[in-house]
Amino acid sequence: MGKVAVVGVTQTKHGAPYTSNETVRNLVYEVVKELFDETGLTRDEVDTIVTSSSDFWQGMGCSNVFYYDAAGAYLKDSPKVEEDSALAFIYACMRILSGHFDAALVVSVTKCSEIPSIIDLTGIYFDPFYLRWFGLNEFSVAALQAQLYMNKYGVSDELRANVTVKNLRNALNNPYAHRRMSLTVEDVLNSKIVSYPLRKLECSEGSDGACAILLTSEEKAKKFTDTPVWVKGIGWSVDHYFVGDRNLLEVSSLKNAAKMAYKMAKVTYPRKQIDVAEICEPSTIQEILWYEKLGFCGEGEGGKILDEGITEMGGELPVNPSGQMLKQL
Amino acid sequence: MSETKPKIVKWDMHLPYRWSAGIVGTRWLEELKNGRIMGTRCPKCKRVLVPARKFCPRCFVDTTEWVQVGDKGTLRTYTIVNFNFTDQVKNPPYIVGIIDLDGADVSFTHFIGEVDLSNIEKASKELRLGMRVQAVWKPPEKREGNIFDIEYFKPIKEE
Repeated sequence: MGKVAVVGVTQTKHGAPYTSNETVRNLVYEVVKELFDETGLTRDEVDTIVTSSSDFWQGMGCSNVFYYDAAGAYLKDSPKVEEDSALAFIYACMRILSGHFDAALVVSVTKCSEIPSIIDLTGIYFDPFYLRWFGLNEFSVAALQAQLYMNKYGVSDELRANVTVKNLRNALNNPYAHRRMSLTVEDVLNSKIVSYPLRKLECSEGSDGACAILLTSEEKAKKFTDTPVWVKGIGWSVDHYFVGDRNLLEVSSLKNAAKMAYKMAKVTYPRKQIDVAEICEPSTIQEILWYEKLGFCGEGEGGKILDEGITEMGGELPVNPSGQMLKQL
Repeated sequence: MSETKPKIVKWDMHLPYRWSAGIVGTRWLEELKNGRIMGTRCPKCKRVLVPARKFCPRCFVDTTEWVQVGDKGTLRTYTIVNFNFTDQVKNPPYIVGIIDLDGADVSFTHFIGEVDLSNIEKASKELRLGMRVQAVWKPPEKREGNIFDIEYFKPIKEE
């Protein structure tokens, strides 16, 4: 693929204690202003501002209307991606790759501290005819996956708890982290069952925060930095809608997405070639499963590479040094 | 500035949606009143899809045949839900199972009942993946043509 450079990133501290003094609109302004100040970028130089937020999480329709001029978008090209900021990032990459845009800003914002309840909101991702009333959501579906995984490979609850312990330990080094605390395996296993076998300290509770990323073309990047981060490959893939149609252990969608990205980036041996990985784990089991689907290890070996410290800071392939989603317990 | 405590503005909206279940969905729900769980077969991959679908999402062709599947099946996986949410129909803890109904090629989602859940850990020892389960239907006169015409699936002791 052509070249897209990441030349600047800013973010708020995450979590209500830091964000409760400001509205979504003003949080967006803060991160974008900071990015302009840090990079020397002017508003005139930005060709497109791709934003991401969720209407029903924000409780406002067309949620970007509330903040797009706070993102510097007045009279600019400013598309919005509902809910998924990873897709906003991809959208912005595509704009750069089109050759018509030299500088693209990606801006994302959410405040979970202001919503009714995460379980209520993720619960309505399911249809009202067949699935909604059972209580399926990202935790309970992950629990269904966990049961299959534990049953197939005979791994213990401790193994999943290790994911929380590792990611929270990593979050201690992240100045932006929502929670900064040390937990033991016992703490995790003694916390309340949310959806058996998953416990409270295995499930991310969501957080507040905003971030802004500046992407540029190869030529434009030189103006901002000598050491841009290059986007080498991207892939995405979706599974069936019905939970019962999916193979919950196979996770073909992630395997496909990884294959696409690795092909573009010429990655043939992920564990050797990748220096660090940030992977989204709304709950513990998913980090272990994702190791396998991303090719960091063989099937059924996710727990083993975690146990061996391969994905710890300082390991062969550190995973989630930021603390990722589990820092939002 | 930082001494100012931000004012909290609250809002609570009732959102009364009305959804059409569609032609295929309606027939499927109506068949529940008759005590039948129906699927539709894909003419290409031959899989029987439950709940019944208008099309096969893999082969991307219309389904052509309605097929009755069993109201017994095998428990593929389960979780014990122990959280609350708005309009929840059952008090937690309760079990949600992913069930491979006899004669279907995809799994079906429903409650698993008749398991003592006073101790979740203990209950989990009684449940095992691969165990046989059977639908417990509402009495015919009480069926409404919705997913809860099946009350839940219960473990089959002996078959």
